[in-house]
Amino acid sequence: MAATSPPGVGLLKGLGVTIKHLFKRPSTQMYPNERPDLPPRTRGVIALLEENCTVCMLCARECPDWCIYIDSHKETVPPAKEGGRARTRNMLDRFAIDFSLCMYCGICVEVCPFDALWWSPEFEYAEYDMDKLLHEKEKLREWADTVPPPPPLDEGALPVPEVAAAIDKVVKERELEEAKAEQAARDAELAQAAPAAAPAAAAAKAEEIHVEAGQIDQETFDALIAQGKSERMARAKAKAAYVKKEKARILAEQEAAAAAAPAAPKAEEIHVEAGQIDQETFDALIAEGKSERMARAKAKAAWVKKEKARIRAEQEAAAPAAEVAPAEVAPAEAAAVEAPPAAPAAEAAPARKLSDVHVEGSGEIDQETFDALIAEGKSERIARAKAKAAWIKKRKQEQLDAEGDA
Amino acid sequence: MNVELTASLSPAVFVPAPSAFDLDVAFGITVAIKVAFILALFLVVPLVVGYMEHKAMGRLQHRRGPVAAGPFGTLQLVADGIKFIQKEDVIPAAADRKVFALAPGLALVPAILVFLVLPFGPGVWAVDLELGLFYALAISSVSVLGVMMGGWASANKFSLIGGLRAGAQLIAYELPLILAAIAVAVQAGTLSLVGIVEAQATFTLPGTDLNLWFVFPQILGFVIFFLASLAELSRPPFDMPIADSELVFGYMTEYTGIKFAMYLLTEYAGMVSMSALMVVLYLGGWQLLPGVGLPGCEGAGGMFDCGWLGAIGGVVITLAKILILTFIMVWARVAYPRLREDQLQRLSWLVLVPLSLINLAVIAIAKVVVF
Ligand code: SF4
Ligand code: SF4
Repeated sequence: MAATSPPGVGLLKGLGVTIKHLFKRPSTQMYPNERPDLPPRTRGVIALLEENCTVCMLCARECPDWCIYIDSHKETVPPAKEGGRARTRNMLDRFAIDFSLCMYCGICVEVCPFDALWWSPEFEYAEYDMDKLLHEKEKLREWADTVPPPPPLDEGALPVPEVAAAIDKVVKERELEEAKAEQAARDAELAQAAPAAAPAAAAAKAEEIHVEAGQIDQETFDALIAQGKSERMARAKAKAAYVKKEKARILAEQEAAAAAAPAAPKAEEIHVEAGQIDQETFDALIAEGKSERMARAKAKAAWVKKEKARIRAEQEAAAPAAEVAPAEVAPAEAAAVEAPPAAPAAEAAPARKLSDVHVEGSGEIDQETFDALIAEGKSERIARAKAKAAWIKKRKQEQLDAEGDA
Repeated sequence: MNVELTASLSPAVFVPAPSAFDLDVAFGITVAIKVAFILALFLVVPLVVGYMEHKAMGRLQHRRGPVAAGPFGTLQLVADGIKFIQKEDVIPAAADRKVFALAPGLALVPAILVFLVLPFGPGVWAVDLELGLFYALAISSVSVLGVMMGGWASANKFSLIGGLRAGAQLIAYELPLILAAIAVAVQAGTLSLVGIVEAQATFTLPGTDLNLWFVFPQILGFVIFFLASLAELSRPPFDMPIADSELVFGYMTEYTGIKFAMYLLTEYAGMVSMSALMVVLYLGGWQLLPGVGLPGCEGAGGMFDCGWLGAIGGVVITLAKILILTFIMVWARVAYPRLREDQLQRLSWLVLVPLSLINLAVIAIAKVVVF
């Protein structure tokens, strides 16, 4: 108190200060009834983000109270790529903090190099029994969900490179997915338009069965991305999955047809001359990264199989219906050209086969197919080869149709 | 009623003012009623004051005080009492067991006995003694004996120091307290507490009709009496005998359970009886405002010969004044730090005693010359 003020003024001031508080709202927080108003980064409990923990043991060693208990074992992880090296990894078995010993110094949180330990504002974990304060990793993981997000960066601050990269990745994936969805919508429209153009059910089916190697199985793709696979690998696998699925669907259809006509000749009974390849299968295999030689071999086998199935289907169709209107081959959409020719429902049982027709090609290509393949991003070499095959196929079909009409 | 007031200095025969409890029945029944009345007051009013202290201290310190026990925490002290009863009664091994057990009772009984002479309203008192003021001050001083006994019998150095400090404090502050009270007695011309209340109701500023309470001419005496009674009760800022930062809990250190509760009750009852004395000596008793009588009362200054309505009104006014005074005690407790032992003694001997002597001299001269 200033020496100049008369005696007793200080005493009155004291009374004044206290009486002022009598008329103010008490700052008491009615805790059990109301949640206390805690600062956002309150240090209530140590939380463990188990996914991040590499069992490096730094926290357990630095803890001044030695109240962190960690158990782990080693596991061999198979190589990520074929021909890679198998690696050992530490797997966390137990992570427990004894909060009856912990003095909340925060050293463990500081020292964890993998951001596996966090301060959580949770504080209501009092117990009547001291033993119950030993919390295992399941409980510590639950607390990790209560950790507030990091404070926003200052305005104009450079983003953290890792975070920026992660965000970039997510954005790109989103865009890709959107593009895929658009593509799927367009395909669906086309698929709807196709049957309208081709009134013959059988022909329409043939169109639908066609497997475009450029398509991917979205489901598989998403699942793989979610598993953390690279986009490239996911795409390749998804393509293969799509082809596989389509084939399975075709097979199922054919089987159903076979069941409908018990009298139909079995596939083995049908003789198909090998020598042609199933373009579809070939493309799919190439896309899977198989060598051309192998792809060709497999594609040949696939062609034979398919042909057999087709012939059988034709025979089945021909058997019950003595007179079937010759189905028109639907004008195929660009990519559909490489499909096996649509089944022309021949009226005569011993139908002529494509392989029976001889067409002399002298380097002509089917421009349509070529363009489509180039648009799909295939190399010119492949596109040219395929387009040639398509041209020959078409010619053959034309001949066959002409004969049928005659 | 025939209260003969001797405003002059000439000796007169004292006729005690009859209590409302003096019924025309057997003596034993009258006594039983009076004892029941005193005990009821003794148990209820200190509890109310205690609750007020909890709440007022809380709010003065920017908190809420008790909220959980009963509505607004009103049953907090009841809950405390139940807790104290359940506690283990621990007696130190080296303690003088008999004295140790007797001490809280010896502190408590005088606190009850003071209530005997305190007038709470028109006719609402147990007995009107001619030496009422003398009796009240003398009896309340006995309490310190219980305190010193407790301090000694605990066989604990903290308790002993606390007890001795309480004794020293009593000697130091009894003097200004009594000197201030004497000035009132001089002005009123009587030691009867009822008589003092009536003297205030009829006292007018010389030369005018302005009715005044004794606090106006004797404001100095009132302040001295207030400070001295705080010290008598060992209330902060004069709580050197307890001084929990240096003596653990002074003479109460070794006490537990119900015995500790008795010391606490003594303190709160002391606050009530000292406040009641201040109301009677300085603040016009059950008079609402100077010169304002009670409804249905005739008697001197419109304060006596009342119906039950006036009696209840009087009691309410007295209790309200007591509550205000105890609130100021709590307020001082919250606002001020504890005095050091030497400061405490210095304040009494070097400030309060001379001032109270001056006060007494001035009043005595004024009594002869002016009033
Ligand atoms: S806060 Fe400190 S005492 Fe508690 S577990 Fe972490 S390092 Fe150990
Ligand atoms: S310091 Fe972090 S990563 Fe290492 S064991 Fe502890 S929690 Fe796991």
